[in-house]
Amino acid sequence: MRSRSFFDTGVRILVSFNAVLAASVLLGILLFLLLYGIRAFIPTGELSPDDLSAQPLSLSGFLFGTSWNPDAYGQPKYGIVPLLLGSLITTLIALLIAVPLGIAGAVFIAERLKGTFRIAVKMVVELFAGFPSVVIGFFGLIVLGPFLARLFNVPSGLNVLNAGLLLGLMSLPTIISVSEDALRVVPHSYREAAYALGASPWTTAIRVILPAARSGILAAVMLGFGRAVGETMAVLMVAGNAPIIPRSLFDPVRTITTTIAIELGESTFNSVHFFALFALGFILFLIAMLTNLIAESLIQREKRSFTL
Amino acid sequence: MITGGILNSPRRKYFLSNTYFLMLAIPVALFIAFIGYMVFYLFSNGIKVLSWGFLTQPPARGMTAGGIMPCIVGTLYVTLVSLIMSIPVGVLAGIYLAEYAPDNFITRAIRSAVRSLAGIPSIVYGLFGVALFVRGMELGLSVLASGLTLGLMNLPWIITTAEEAMSAIPGSFREGALAVGATKWEAIRHNVLPFAFPGILTGVLLALARTMGETAPILFTGVTYFTRELPRTPLQKFMALPYHLFALATQHDQLMKVRPIAFGTAAVLLILVLMFDLIAFVVRMRVAGTNKWQV
Repeated sequence: MRSRSFFDTGVRILVSFNAVLAASVLLGILLFLLLYGIRAFIPTGELSPDDLSAQPLSLSGFLFGTSWNPDAYGQPKYGIVPLLLGSLITTLIALLIAVPLGIAGAVFIAERLKGTFRIAVKMVVELFAGFPSVVIGFFGLIVLGPFLARLFNVPSGLNVLNAGLLLGLMSLPTIISVSEDALRVVPHSYREAAYALGASPWTTAIRVILPAARSGILAAVMLGFGRAVGETMAVLMVAGNAPIIPRSLFDPVRTITTTIAIELGESTFNSVHFFALFALGFILFLIAMLTNLIAESLIQREKRSFTL
Repeated sequence: MITGGILNSPRRKYFLSNTYFLMLAIPVALFIAFIGYMVFYLFSNGIKVLSWGFLTQPPARGMTAGGIMPCIVGTLYVTLVSLIMSIPVGVLAGIYLAEYAPDNFITRAIRSAVRSLAGIPSIVYGLFGVALFVRGMELGLSVLASGLTLGLMNLPWIITTAEEAMSAIPGSFREGALAVGATKWEAIRHNVLPFAFPGILTGVLLALARTMGETAPILFTGVTYFTRELPRTPLQKFMALPYHLFALATQHDQLMKVRPIAFGTAAVLLILVLMFDLIAFVVRMRVAGTNKWQV
């Protein structure tokens, strides 16, 4: 008897340990990004003082600088503004496409499809979320790129528009799936009340169910934003990647994620450049965390609003 | 305001209602058609180079000929390493959250951390892998460093599905065991885990499928464009399908000449991913058919 309860306590300790271990990964990521990223801003003895590329960065120059060019001879520039704008512009285009289409799709699936067919449709949509991003990028590179170039008569289809379209497609499953869940947890009594007042199913869906699920749908939009802003490989293959502030939909664009992917391999270990890329990672981490926290609090709010 | 009623006849009301809903079907239908077209396009082009030799031979003549065997081996190897790490930690953490966790601040913090991990961009995991595994633990550019990085990334997916699978088992299952004198763990071991197993398996299979296609986390932790030998130890560099596709599509000197092989690589990668997704789907459907308590 004694050994059984002993064993039971052992298991309790083991599972608790693993849960804490898993959660501490988040802390570990934060810590490493911070420790590495911050070294781009503090002078270190190891580096030669004559070498301009070894000068530590100023925080304001990093955050507000409008030029990113680490390879410029004698005068390397580490301003994240063009990269941040690149990420935000592509993500904005993605959301302009994915939010209306995604919510429309979610309303249709939640209100009109039933049983196995509904599950099958949702499964196909969610399947796309699991497609490797290089495969989607490859498709964007060889099909969407030439198509856009011909359609708009521009020399290259690898631009802001292509990246935005691909990101829109990639965030669509998230937005559809999470919105649909949000619509389906609206209590049945809402619907019955609307029907009793003589509302049609359409009026009920648009004027009653959709507003009631707004927190959850906003959460879906936030998660879609997170998906798009964090995507690397697909954007890398279709965005053209010039680190400039784009002036039109047909200019090439460089995002935060793609900059890390392009430059980490070519930067020297322990150089200012190397640490600056970790600082970029830290910014990305903050954006992702903020997005997640907002989405989570919105989901909690929706759950609370239906439990009396 | 809700309109209708006296002015609109019920028939007209329902006709309009159905028409509007039909318009909402268009985005869903277009999206599914797009997915279908993409899969068809990649398969129909990829099938031209697919052969037994393509799957079993290494690349030849500067990647313009030969097969992609080392990439398949590398991808399977690194995925296996990631799961060896993430399955035990993930399932045990899932057991904690579903069965042991009290409803307090710490539990909420752990849950919130796990959910946040799922939203961290994959390239950030790549940076963390460089800092912790490649440099910190001095594993170098290797299968092990990449596998561990991928393992951290799929950890939150496994935890979440494991927790959900166990939480779906009714409390009466545990109470039955506890009533005849079982300890808490014995109740979980005999009356919860066997029934939650298919759900956990579904989560693991989906994580497996996604991990195979990830590129950003392995980019700087061990994947390489070409290596003559297969990784015999987990401390060697490796070739992988997603990176191979990326390199052939964008980095090679003769992009058009390697295009057929790029198509073949994309098709093989997509087939592997969809295969594991399909197995996960079958497992989930079988569970839905047999578990009578979940209706």
